[in-house]
Amino acid sequence: MTMSRRQFVGSVAGAGITSLAAPHFLSAQPSEPIRIGLLAAKTGPLASGGIDMDLALTMFLRERENTLAGRKVELIVADTAGVPATARTKAQELVEKNNVHCIIGPLAAFEALAIADYLTEKEMPTLGVAAAEDMTQRHPSPWFVRLTSTSAQCAYPLADYAAKELKYKRIVTIADDFAYGHEMCAGFQRSFEDSGGKIIQKIFTPLATPDYGSYVAQVKAGDAIFLGTAGSNGFRFLRQFIEYGLKDKMAVIGGMTALDESVLRNMGDEALGILTTSWYSAELDNPLNKAFAPAFRKQFKYDPGYYAGSTYVSGEVLEVALKSIQANVEDKKALMAAIRGSNADTVRGVIKFDGSGNAIGNVYIRKVTKSDGRLVNSVIKTYPDVTQFWTYDKAAFLKNPVYSRDYPPAKNLEQ
Amino acid sequence: MKWIGAALLAGSLLLPPLFAGDFYINLASQILIAAIFALSLNLLVGFGGMTSLGHASYLGVGAYISALLTSRYGFGHGAAALLSIAGTTAMAAFFGVIALRASGLGFLMITLALSQVLWGLAYRMSNVTNGDNGVAGLTRPAPFGISLDSPISFYWFALIVATFALVMMAIFVSSAFGSSLKGVRDQPRRMAALGFNPWLIRWITFVYAGFWGGVAGLLYVYYHKYIHPTSLSTTSSAEALLGVIAGGSGTLGGPAVGAALVLLLKNYVSAYLERWNMLLGLVFLFIVLVMPTGIVPGVSRLTTRLRGGVR
Repeated sequence: MTMSRRQFVGSVAGAGITSLAAPHFLSAQPSEPIRIGLLAAKTGPLASGGIDMDLALTMFLRERENTLAGRKVELIVADTAGVPATARTKAQELVEKNNVHCIIGPLAAFEALAIADYLTEKEMPTLGVAAAEDMTQRHPSPWFVRLTSTSAQCAYPLADYAAKELKYKRIVTIADDFAYGHEMCAGFQRSFEDSGGKIIQKIFTPLATPDYGSYVAQVKAGDAIFLGTAGSNGFRFLRQFIEYGLKDKMAVIGGMTALDESVLRNMGDEALGILTTSWYSAELDNPLNKAFAPAFRKQFKYDPGYYAGSTYVSGEVLEVALKSIQANVEDKKALMAAIRGSNADTVRGVIKFDGSGNAIGNVYIRKVTKSDGRLVNSVIKTYPDVTQFWTYDKAAFLKNPVYSRDYPPAKNLEQ
Repeated sequence: MKWIGAALLAGSLLLPPLFAGDFYINLASQILIAAIFALSLNLLVGFGGMTSLGHASYLGVGAYISALLTSRYGFGHGAAALLSIAGTTAMAAFFGVIALRASGLGFLMITLALSQVLWGLAYRMSNVTNGDNGVAGLTRPAPFGISLDSPISFYWFALIVATFALVMMAIFVSSAFGSSLKGVRDQPRRMAALGFNPWLIRWITFVYAGFWGGVAGLLYVYYHKYIHPTSLSTTSSAEALLGVIAGGSGTLGGPAVGAALVLLLKNYVSAYLERWNMLLGLVFLFIVLVMPTGIVPGVSRLTTRLRGGVR
């Protein structure tokens, strides 16, 4: 066959253009690595959590020499900066430019909500960290699972514990004024009042509150105060709460991020004795965590907490799922089915998934104690296999509106 | 020479969809939106001599109105777009009356304060704006029945709007009114003595800039299909201002180039460099030191000097 020079040039250029236009046609070779995208806020106000997420996942992969189920793994970390619009651009980058096979993260609810539609549209398997209730309740996605907990999932057991074992009757709640805080307090209130207690005051403070003095002064006398804060806010509130001498008058209990290990390392003995709830603690006594937590502490000089735990657990679940499908990540439906059916044993204990993709797992009541000269969250009670619906009927639960500032209504507030 | 430049520019705008992947097309759409926004700010900063640190208000409010009307109150996209641009423009008219009581640093502080008020409202009025969760589940419009859901169709849409915006703003500044605006910028007292009303000229420009800010906000919310209070934040205003100054304030092409630069650093370079904020700072420093008037004037001066040297 003969070919004129012009034809040749044309066909080469054509081939070049096609390959540029459709890079995804080139994938699906078994020798290719599995590409995992991590969306983490590594700059901005949420950076400390985001960096922990990155460190723990990188550590997980390094322990396995970057190989899961016999196939090489490439981790691509994208910095969302804690800004929804950036999170969306970064999600697009991971999906469209890096052609990742699955995504882990992001952390903040508003980041997750900003990209939820997009990831569902692109049919991208996602292992979420953010706690927004409706992502696995009224608007679940076949492509989304959550390995941590909903905002309220860990608050129910603590409310139960406070009412039944601590015999508290009247509790004040204080939380950050955004959905995570609203949802957590709503869940706490519902469970606590169903057990006979009363929420006498609900305080919501802006996410960036420089001074908690005016809020501390408002706190009414009750048996205890429940902290539904995130990031360093719990620590900053607590410091002023103690300065005002209130800690001797009422007990302090906290949600899953209030006294996270990442906050605890900045606190002194004033934190001793505070009870919190979470799906994880660096002190958990199981073989996997006995290996993970000391290794993490050795490498980074502090304990892993909520954020580090979340991506490590994601890695563990993903590994089990990949093994069951012989690492054939190209079949996204099979990957999702394998993740949902993984029943993986992880550093937080065994987790299963319910029909909407949310984790069913142990929730731990933890008490701040001192061990080896540092503060730790030691586990004092385990609530096994807690679901996002707690003891409530799922159908009735989903008929109600999503938890918010005003729902369920607080009937026992004191003026 | 000018024609070659124009052809190159047109080529670089028309060609991307033919060969680039979705990610790059989306990036190009975002650059176009940022360019409209920066151009509208440039009317104030560059041509009017009014440095505003609150221009994100117009982008954010335009986006929020459209988002809330379509998702919560069942408005169609056409009506919502008209109402949101009308609302944004009316807001600019009102804010202009307040902000233009001062000039210079006072003007900057008032615009900053007003934008902080809106930002605070978006955060705290969570029963209306959904607060920190933002408004999600939005759709893109389908003008004349053409869906804008694919990256390419949205890019064409953004390109058409951006071109129209550029032409409209070019007409605005090259008109007799534009000349009087530049006169007010440089010699307000002399202009007043000549019988012009500097306040009115500034106010009209302020409203016009707010209008285009609202248009950018509409495109922004169509693109992201999500809106969150961060879009109203000072950071968002400052990034646009940075783009205007880096690209060259008071020129037509400069803000577009500057906006593209900031966006590429933020969304593209950040994938390779963790401390992209630092790089942005260094680039900005470089521009200030080497081309104090901005990239576009700086580069054109450089090329004329080079050509002069050859001759």
